[in-house]
Amino acid sequence: MQSTTATAPPALERSAGYWQTVFQRLLRDKVAMAAGLIILALLIMAIFGAWLAPKDPISGSIMSRLKPIGTPGFPLGADELGRDMLSRLIVGARLSLFMGITPVLCAFFIGSLIGITAGYAGGVTNTLLMRTIDVFYAFPSVLLAIALSGALGAGILNSLISLTVVFIPPIARVAESVTTQIRSRDFVEAARASGARAMTIVRVHVLGNVLGPIFVYSTSLIAVSMILASGLSFLGLGVKPPQPEWGLMLNTLRTAIYTQPWVAALPGMMIFATSVAFNLLSDGLRSAMEIKQ
Amino acid sequence: MSAQGTAPLLRVRDLVKHFPMKKDLFGRGGGVVRAVDGVHFDVNEGETLGVVGESGCGKSTTARLLMHLIEPDAGQIVFDGKVVGSAELPLKAFRRQVQMVFQDSYASLNPRLTIEDSIAFAPQVHGVSAREAIERAHDLLNRVGLEPRRFAERYPHELSGGQRQRVNIARALALQPRVIILDEAVSALDKSVEAQVLNLLLDLKESFGLTYIFISHDLQVVEYMSDRVMVMYLGQVAELGHAQSMFAQPKHPYTRALLGSVPTMDPDRRTEEPPLVGDPPNPINPPSGCRFHTRCSLAETLCSQRQPELVMDAQGDSVACLIHVAGSGHSRAPAAGVGA
Repeated sequence: MQSTTATAPPALERSAGYWQTVFQRLLRDKVAMAAGLIILALLIMAIFGAWLAPKDPISGSIMSRLKPIGTPGFPLGADELGRDMLSRLIVGARLSLFMGITPVLCAFFIGSLIGITAGYAGGVTNTLLMRTIDVFYAFPSVLLAIALSGALGAGILNSLISLTVVFIPPIARVAESVTTQIRSRDFVEAARASGARAMTIVRVHVLGNVLGPIFVYSTSLIAVSMILASGLSFLGLGVKPPQPEWGLMLNTLRTAIYTQPWVAALPGMMIFATSVAFNLLSDGLRSAMEIKQ
Repeated sequence: MSAQGTAPLLRVRDLVKHFPMKKDLFGRGGGVVRAVDGVHFDVNEGETLGVVGESGCGKSTTARLLMHLIEPDAGQIVFDGKVVGSAELPLKAFRRQVQMVFQDSYASLNPRLTIEDSIAFAPQVHGVSAREAIERAHDLLNRVGLEPRRFAERYPHELSGGQRQRVNIARALALQPRVIILDEAVSALDKSVEAQVLNLLLDLKESFGLTYIFISHDLQVVEYMSDRVMVMYLGQVAELGHAQSMFAQPKHPYTRALLGSVPTMDPDRRTEEPPLVGDPPNPINPPSGCRFHTRCSLAETLCSQRQPELVMDAQGDSVACLIHVAGSGHSRAPAAGVGA
């Protein structure tokens, strides 16, 4: 019985870790994989857009304005100032994705911090934090984003800030509820019974169980963020012309909706495809993470 | 084994925990659940104290109060002559000495940590280096009958219920405690697995010189494991005594009724006691006087007026029942001056 084997046996039976298993399950999910491929393509567009675009997305010619899809030299047509739509859509991916992902990422960190603190501390701290969050939650998110952007003034940074503020409450809520759930589990009690400090317990026992679900929820917000950011640009509160960004492009092409409806719809289709892809991927991630508890 | 002479390892005095209930919008409700209401007992070094009672009687709350997982409203816990939570024995030092095994073997292990990491967590909290803690974890896995080579790096969901409970026992042992509280630790296991784990617990007690507080609703298991047994009813101690004498001759009518509810194959142990009827009364508004009088077949008017104290007899067995208080006025009580 004594510990003769305790000193580094040659072959430990190591089983696959949790995230390894999740990834394997995700690979088997065809829909999620298709969504993942679309997102990968979008990311490539966002990073290498400037080199991939066949033409300059900023300068155009008045001669080629509002060309229909399939015009030689303009495979996806041209916009109201005669700029190549294909180039603008490719280059626009960078700003659009940036506006979609950054606020969610910031809100993920801040919201998790607030939610986990509230959930683990409980009691008065919880009530104080969560009721404050509820005040923000009471506003419709679109209205809140517009109001904040309007108050802060137009510009990319300001719309990033206002979108972050919009996404903190829902993420904090989810973080709080999963943390409360985990906190009541016996292994947290056992950790407390071992005399560990709250910070240690949160780091070792709570984070690993909580960040996954919060992350999945956050990825589903990327789509919302993209649409809201497009909306802000559409209202002239976000990205300024002539920068290519899908929301802004949708806005400026609005006037051409009767003359060239297909060209005018293209930026909207990009937004739609991206948000669907993010939603499907987060759905797939969620079901892949539902390993028996 | 009896308490006389030597100081007990753990003394619990007048432990109280009331859970306030929220008032509704109109200020109604707002009672208190008297989960633990003046609990009083000693645990001697090296013994196993069984704790029995129906669900909701405060067994688990008492265990959590002992560990200070919930703060008691009143009462004192003295460990080895030192008051827990005082400067002499801060909580962290006390928790090193007393550990707990929970009922739900799965919920009590972190699903994201490997078995060895779960066991090694507590020693690391107390300043043992990561490498030493892992070594200790492997040693303990051996001791609880799980080969570290096969199990150390697995995750809880890959183990069976019995194996997981062995891991939980190893985790409780990792701080080298003197007392282990087993809160329904084997209740969720199959009977055959339960027997193996019980025997493992007895072996470990022997080799580490442990003291157990064994909480269970299974009377036969408690009889098998315990030196002394504490019977709880609605947050109070009804009877506390040596297991053998209590199972042979229960004094409190509640204990008698509880034992009467255990099916037996032995005609000599068959009881004529009426079985317990109904559920225990609501602990929000416990009955006056003796809390058991609403269900007791021997209750008299007196029982609803006077609350019996826990009285110890010459053998060191205690019971809280007016029948056993000389001159109490109960028709079955001995006359004043005759009893203990």
